Formats: sequence, structure tokens, C-alpha cells
Amino acid sequence: MSGGSGGTPGFGARLPEAFESLQGSLNPSPKRRRGRGALWAWIVVILGATYFIVPLIATLEFSLRPEPPTRAYVNVLADKRFFDGLRYSFIVGLITIVLSLGLIVPTAYWVRLRLPRLRPVVEFVTLLPFVLPPIVLAYGLIRFYSRQPLVLTGTELGSDLLLVAAYVVLSFPYMYRAVDNGLASMDVRVMTEAAQSLGAGWFRILWSVIFPNLRTAALSGAFLTLAIVIGEFTIASNLARDAFGPYLSLLGRDKIYEPAAVSLISFGLTWLAMIFLALVARGSRTRVQIGGAR
Amino acid sequence: MTTLEAPPTPVAPPAAPRARARSFWAWLGVLPFFLFALLFIGFPAMFLVLGSLVIEETGSIGLDNYFGLTGDCCAIAFRNSIQLSLITAILGALFGLILAAAVILGGLPSGIRSALMTFSGVASNFAGIPLALAFIFTLGNLGLVTKLIQDIFGFRIQETGFSLYSMAGLSIVYLYFQFPLMVLVIAPAIDGLRKEWREAAENLGATPAQYWRKVALPILTPSILGAGILLFGNAFGAQATAFQLSGGTIQLATLVITAQMSGDVLFNPGLGYAMAMGMVIIMGLSITGYSILQRRAERWLRS
Repeated sequence: MSGGSGGTPGFGARLPEAFESLQGSLNPSPKRRRGRGALWAWIVVILGATYFIVPLIATLEFSLRPEPPTRAYVNVLADKRFFDGLRYSFIVGLITIVLSLGLIVPTAYWVRLRLPRLRPVVEFVTLLPFVLPPIVLAYGLIRFYSRQPLVLTGTELGSDLLLVAAYVVLSFPYMYRAVDNGLASMDVRVMTEAAQSLGAGWFRILWSVIFPNLRTAALSGAFLTLAIVIGEFTIASNLARDAFGPYLSLLGRDKIYEPAAVSLISFGLTWLAMIFLALVARGSRTRVQIGGAR
Repeated sequence: MTTLEAPPTPVAPPAAPRARARSFWAWLGVLPFFLFALLFIGFPAMFLVLGSLVIEETGSIGLDNYFGLTGDCCAIAFRNSIQLSLITAILGALFGLILAAAVILGGLPSGIRSALMTFSGVASNFAGIPLALAFIFTLGNLGLVTKLIQDIFGFRIQETGFSLYSMAGLSIVYLYFQFPLMVLVIAPAIDGLRKEWREAAENLGATPAQYWRKVALPILTPSILGAGILLFGNAFGAQATAFQLSGGTIQLATLVITAQMSGDVLFNPGLGYAMAMGMVIIMGLSITGYSILQRRAERWLRS
């Protein structure tokens, strides 16, 4: 579940040297030239790729079974609930990202600058979602906020709020790691002092000095959060939200071919988020790309 | 006490209150984060802890709910969850290790490696409802692979007793996110194997098999075990995939909690809270194990 490793550069960064050195040592014979590769390696990769790709092909084939083949897609695109669910999840995802960044960036910055002793505590808190699986988090949140003193599950707005809060919690591990790695690559103290000596206040320092330097880290955290939130089912369904995940789950029970079309679209969205993530993280030390299972 | 302090310099007295004021402001900077964490992690978690300790009949405090977990409802669910997570963690770790080794050490074109890494990122995040559905379209009663096997070999895989909606079926589906997660987690460790170690082994007359058995695998062991534990936790906490596939036929810890939330199936809320706490304890143990092993692994990976 952990992408970028603490202080050391992510594996993407040290890939080229490691790759060449390992290849040199493993293929000493001049006959096996770089770029061809060992037979066993090809077999393993082809088997692995098959396992990855077959369910996707099967889903595509299934979605094209009705006559005419585009029917499932036409039906889905005509379905108002499809767009409503997608829009709802997307908006919730955006709010989650903004809130998560708003909480994590100042905290990580401040802990690095002023309270280094508190760092393990903050790190521990951000890792708590790994100990509290989404279903347990949802259980605790719903039971706690459905009674006095604070009843939130009774209203639509309250449930939306709980959903966003739960997603912000889920995003903590990735967001904190990404932002903290980003902060590690700049001299926070010198930049702060330089900004202060030019007369900047704290808000101004965070907004115009720290945040622009964290753009890559923030974007990779954001795309991963979006990838997780868009298809999330466990918390959204238990809070009875009309999000994309619960919509797809219901569709899977009610219809035959349409769910295949929507699953493929959902896979495409995950893929898109990951491609953006890879583009953003290219050449940087920040590499966070694992969200974990649901 | 005060006699031990250095005689105050003229500057010191005004500095002290300012320092205290500054430390107050410093703490204020992390207040929003901790307040949020308290509201949305701390309180719900405390509620579960307290709820699991309150005995419903008497209203007193005790561990009865935890003993209640050994009853029929929960013991099976926990056993199934642990079994499923263990099997998919072991198989996922094994296949993931082999695939990562093939891509990193097998001398394949470098494009394949980056393609695999990106794909692993997608696949490990492609979980939940769409994943469950994709496997229904593959291995379900009307699935593509089911159909192909019937066309080619003349039998339905369901006739062999296989069902996608069983523990075995669920394991195959879970592997779809376990195995790429292993690739992502173990790749840095395989990258960390240095060529000097291999050269040294070869100079001492080691065969490739001996190098792997005596040098590479012992170095990788903490990483592999750590990653395996991570995979275990990953499967243990998963709910959506199993929910969509099983429709209530398979008892898993996450599914019993889901049912408990929607309708108090256990008739005893305390049991549900104890169940949730049981999950938290297992997850906590696995994350602790992972971080200990990770720290051990990093000894070798330092360059």
C-alpha cells in the first residue's frame, strides 16, 4: 500500500542504473543481447499479461453481445443515473482532494518546520486507515454519528459530509506520503525565512511559496484519491449515497449487458487517473500509486 | 530546583514567555489536522472499543463480546477471511515475485517494465464492484472463458464443482489485485540486489541456483515476508468485491459487519463491535509486522 519509500528515492528514480547493472551481470554471454531477454522471463510475462487482460477482453466481449453491439453502451449513456452517480462521485472526489490537501499540506509543513518531534505522531495518524478497513471506519462513523450529541446520518447533507470525511481519512496515507516526500526535496526552512524576510505572512508562504513547489506531490496524491473515490462502494453504499460504486453494484444485479459496459468505462477512468499520475510523477521523487483493495 | 539553573542573563527573562507563546502558536498550526482526526477517526474508533466492551444484558463492562466471537456466526467468518487472505497473499506474493523478477532481471526490453508497472498500478486499484463484475463476465455461468472451455473441451467448468461464487472463485478474483500489488511492493527490493553480490558469488564458483538460494533469497526474505503480510491485510479488509460476488453466500468478517450494519443480524450490537475490533487487531498486527520487516529489509537496500 505504500508507494514512495520514506527518504530514499522511489524505485522509478533509480530505475535506469539498476536496470542496466543488473542486466549486465545477468546476461554475461554476448549472445544474449539486451532487449531480447531470457525465454523464461518472456513466458512469465506472457502468462501474467494473459491473466491481467483476459477479464478485460471478456468484459468487452460481454458488453458487445446484444444486437446491435452498441446497445448496452447506448442504454448506459441514456441512463440519467449513470451520469448522476458519476457526477456525484467526481464532485465528492474533488471536495475530498481539496480538504485533504488543506489539512495535510499545512500540517506536514508545520511539523517539518516547527514540531519535528511530532512527526512520528502525525505519520502514525495518517497510517491509521490501514488499520481501520473501510467497512470498520464506516461502521464506527455511522454508529457514532447516528446518535446524540451529533446526529449526521439523518440528513442528506450530514451523510454527504460523513462520506467526504471518510474519504479524506482514506486519502491520508497517500496524501501525507506524497506531500512529505515533496517537502523533503526542498529546503523548507530557508524558503520560509526568505519569504518572511520579504514580509510574507503564513498564509502567503503556504499559498505562494510552499504549495507551488508541491504541485507534483499534490497532483499525484490527488489522482490517486480520485481513482479510489470514483469507484468506492463500501462506505458510499452504507451511507446510502447515490454514488458511482453503489450505482454499478445495483446495475450488476438488475441488468445483464449494461454492467459490462459500465465496468469497462470504470476501468478506463482508473486507467486515465493512473496515466495522469505517471505523467505527473515522471522524473520526480514522488511515486505513490497504490491504493489497495476494496 | 531553581538553584541549579544558570544565573539569568539580561536577555533570558523576556525570551521565556515569548518562547512559550511561540510554542502555543506552533501547536495551533497542527490543531485542524488533529481535530479532524479526533472527530472522524478517534471518536468512531473509541465508540467501537467501548461498544465492544459493554455487555448488553447486564450493561456492565467485560470481555464477554470477544468470547462471543467464538460462536457460530463469527468464528466461521473470521476463519474464512483469514483463509482467503492467507491463500491469496501467499499465491499473490509468489506470482508477483516471479513476475517482478522476470521483468527486472530477465533482460526484457525496458518498455515492458514500465508498461507492467503502470498496469500494476491500475490493476491494484481496479478492485471492488467492477472487478467482481469483470470476473462474472469471464468465469461466471455466461462468461467468455466458461464458454470457450465448453466450446473447446466440451464441458462446463461448473460441472467440475468450480464456482466463481465460492472461496476458490473469490481467491482467483482477489489475486487480480493481490498479484500486481506484490509487483509494485517488491520491485524496489529486487532493484536493490547489487551486481557485486552476484559477481562475488560467481567468482566463488556459485551456480545461478546457488546464488539465488544462498544470497538473493535470504536478502529478499524480509521484503517478501513484509509484502506478503501487506497483501494479507489488503485482502482481509476488502469488502466490495466479495459483497458483489457472494450475495451473502460466503461468510467473511467484512460481510458479517456489513449485514450487522444494515439490520443487526447478530441481535447484539456488542458482538458487531467486537467483530470490528477483531478486524482492527488483526490489521494492526499485520501492519506492525510489515513495518518491522520493512525496516529489516532496508538494511540491505541502503546504498
